[in-house]
Amino acid sequence: MSEVRTSKLDELSVVHQPLARHDQAEKIAGTTRYAGDLACSGMLHACLVRSQAPSATITRRDADAARRVPGVVAVLFGEDVPNNEIRVDVPGQTVAVGALKATMQVLATDRVRFHGEPIALVIAETEDALATARELVEIELDELPVVSDPEQALADGAVEVHEGGNLLAEWRIDRGDVEAAFARADVVVEGEYRTQFVDHAYLEPEAGVGWLDDDGVLTLRVATQVVEHYRDVAKILGVADSKVRVIAPYVGGGFGGKEDMTVEPYIALGVWHTGRPVRMQWTRNESLLARAKRHRNVMRYRTAASADGTLIAHDIDIVSDAGAYAYLSALVLLYSTVHACGPYRVGDVRIRARTAYTNNAPTSAFRGFGGMQMVLGYESQIDELARRLDIDPGEIRKRNALARGDRLPVGQELITEVQLAQTIDAVRERAGDEPAPTGPRKRVGRAIASNMQSYGRLVWLNDSAAAWIGFQMDGSLSVRCGVPDIGGGQASSLGQIASEILAVDIDRISVHFGDSALTPLAGTTTATRQLLMSGNATYEAATMLRDRLLGAVADETGQPADSLRMTPEGVVGPDATTELVDVLQLCRRRNVPIEALGTHFGPKGHEVTRDLEGGRIFPDFTFGTHLVDVEVDVDTGEVRLLRYIAAHDVGRAINPLSVEGQISGAAVQGIGQVLLEEVAMHDGVNLTPGLFQYLIPTATDVPDIETVILESGEGLGPFGARGIGEPPIGPPLGAIPAAIADAIGVRPTTLPITPERVLSCIAEAAAAERRTGRQEGAEP
Amino acid sequence: MTPRHDVTTSLTVNGTTVTKTAGAHLSLLRWLRDAAGITDPKYGCGEGVCGSCTVLVDGEPVSSCIVLAVQVDGAAITTAAGLCEPDGSLGPLQRAFHERHAAQCGFCTPGMLMCATSMLAEADRAHRALERDEIREALHGNLCRCTGYGPIVDAIEAAQGARP
Repeated sequence: MSEVRTSKLDELSVVHQPLARHDQAEKIAGTTRYAGDLACSGMLHACLVRSQAPSATITRRDADAARRVPGVVAVLFGEDVPNNEIRVDVPGQTVAVGALKATMQVLATDRVRFHGEPIALVIAETEDALATARELVEIELDELPVVSDPEQALADGAVEVHEGGNLLAEWRIDRGDVEAAFARADVVVEGEYRTQFVDHAYLEPEAGVGWLDDDGVLTLRVATQVVEHYRDVAKILGVADSKVRVIAPYVGGGFGGKEDMTVEPYIALGVWHTGRPVRMQWTRNESLLARAKRHRNVMRYRTAASADGTLIAHDIDIVSDAGAYAYLSALVLLYSTVHACGPYRVGDVRIRARTAYTNNAPTSAFRGFGGMQMVLGYESQIDELARRLDIDPGEIRKRNALARGDRLPVGQELITEVQLAQTIDAVRERAGDEPAPTGPRKRVGRAIASNMQSYGRLVWLNDSAAAWIGFQMDGSLSVRCGVPDIGGGQASSLGQIASEILAVDIDRISVHFGDSALTPLAGTTTATRQLLMSGNATYEAATMLRDRLLGAVADETGQPADSLRMTPEGVVGPDATTELVDVLQLCRRRNVPIEALGTHFGPKGHEVTRDLEGGRIFPDFTFGTHLVDVEVDVDTGEVRLLRYIAAHDVGRAINPLSVEGQISGAAVQGIGQVLLEEVAMHDGVNLTPGLFQYLIPTATDVPDIETVILESGEGLGPFGARGIGEPPIGPPLGAIPAAIADAIGVRPTTLPITPERVLSCIAEAAAAERRTGRQEGAEP
Repeated sequence: MTPRHDVTTSLTVNGTTVTKTAGAHLSLLRWLRDAAGITDPKYGCGEGVCGSCTVLVDGEPVSSCIVLAVQVDGAAITTAAGLCEPDGSLGPLQRAFHERHAAQCGFCTPGMLMCATSMLAEADRAHRALERDEIREALHGNLCRCTGYGPIVDAIEAAQGARP
């Protein structure tokens, strides 16, 4: 069977329906118990003591006073951790990256490398005792030089954050003869673009409860996107993987920030050490200080095109800030590299991408995962080409749009339909006329931006997901799947898929999810992969189960199996209808299982080396275009969004409400990055320790997001669905700067675009106008 | 070590009187969650910015993380669970949130609901309907990171329209 799935709308009855989700009803009723909401009898409380310096040698750790506080049960240091090391795989690299560099300590023993790094774990009977004891743990630090800029980190003679140099990972793409292409180009555009550190800022700070179960299994119920971290916890404790269980209840937002471990090792240590239940809840301050951020990137583009607007070459240099520890920086940079040219065909390409250790907060996964920062680069470049060549911005994009069968610069062939042009037309049709300014000192501007973003994990990771579906004897249905549900409808969509295939009313289906011991493992809720992976696993299990039931009815009644179908009334055939409960009874009589386990395997590929070439990296991509109308106040530099329209081809919308939710939520998160947000680091010290300083969009900062769902009916997910969780966060990075440029004549190239930066663009535009005026005035 | 003073505080939470003896320094949020086991108000920031902990105190919206429980001793507290019908089903505003897909991760939702309840009550008292911009303005102290806010505004608008 081809890995490309399709579906026709007239064959769908439950899938594609905008169903209000059951999980939302519980959340709205206030009954959902999030990770921090659970309390156990005899439960202890735990917190971390963290480094107050970004780079230092630890010279003394003394917990005597803290241990004397009534109610304190234990204060643990790194020496108390069985294996005080978290290992991170850094693939594709040469000897430049040694194993030493890709580890970090659970609790730092002799050296700290970022502001907020954990040093001690305090465990107490009450939160009050904890708060008192935390202040009494004495940590003495001998401060060391701070490396705060990734480009300086890569310069000769830079202070080393880790032994062996600050280059964590490097990727390269070389296709064709770039210099020759530039030599024959009609127009060359150069640009330098900078993005900032960004925080996920989900409303639920990191939290969880752990306990030792009666069978000796250490169980963690935590806010996580990855229940498979039970293996990492087991390694830290030095126990068998089977002795640790992670349960992910409904998560209060993830966005990549709960992809790496957060509270897990510390709760586990607390339980291991005391034998009692332990709860840990990070404060917002800890979440902002110490949980990994989005990478800031410096992106330098040189782009060549012919006079008709055809892209002929890109020469791109990327440097990203990996922060103090490796986390997923190498992979995030790989995404940046592969997505660097955007959704456009381009002949010759040279890309050099490096990520460097600094003493800033670590950086890692965040919705868009390195691909989204590049939108600022490639969309600014193509707009500048359009301006120089006097070609319509939509037209130049369509002229260069990728299509099925094209090969990306990395060598991967596109195997599904690309509806980029349709998304451009869709947002423009919807938008109509440009609005008028609301005052004499206001300027309006409109722009579009397109993007592509992969869905599914890197193909050499041998991704898989499993789902189990079983009938109850009353005809209701249980689905078990290890998917963590982080708010995107990850669990409920599986119910919708099972309902479509097995014709069971959605209200009679329970989806059990996110338990590493009791639900089949489905992998991470990351990389826009769960609909692709768990969705396909559920599809496969449901199909297998349906065929079992139909086969049993065929054997029982003598009707051909291919003449039978499942309906809400039961199994309907040419001669008879058998009610579902009777079908289940006859299955039992005939030894036919009334359950099935589906395992979906992702596409395969070879592990990459530093010099990327020749092959498939990702399963597939989702394409989209956003349009924005902005109004700029030329006196204050304030930017207001008047209108925002977002169109994506999602292949097939399993639940259109969830799809709209992903698009509008991601667009607003992207808007926040463009206009408001920055984790401000000064010499390694985090200056944005609370939500008073770290500003995310409020309801008054954004307009309604108008969504346009396009459905090519083709993708790698069930019924032809494509992933949509991450893709819509990218286009704001192209569209808003371009709309500002349309309004005031100069394009901002550094994020966030604060009023100060807008005013300096306005001043730059005025200076350019004066120069032009003088030149024109000088002419005879 | 800070000396701890316990006090007895009585609050009527969603119609039920709850009396607990707990630290005088406890915020209303911690009192509700840790002392009384009422967990629908959420901790999101602890400094009155995010709105996840919003509850109604005698009908007025309050960030429960920056008010002490003892300060509101004797008050009537309403949380999201208090908006449900007596049989536990969703109340009218909650149904509008459900139908309009106004919750995703749901963590901000209990606070959003209380903010919305308060703004609709105020509009009722003024005998007027809120415009979308006014709804957005009234929501500015409640952060949501999932929905992009549009569906929440839709839900509040719909709930307002559905009332007599």
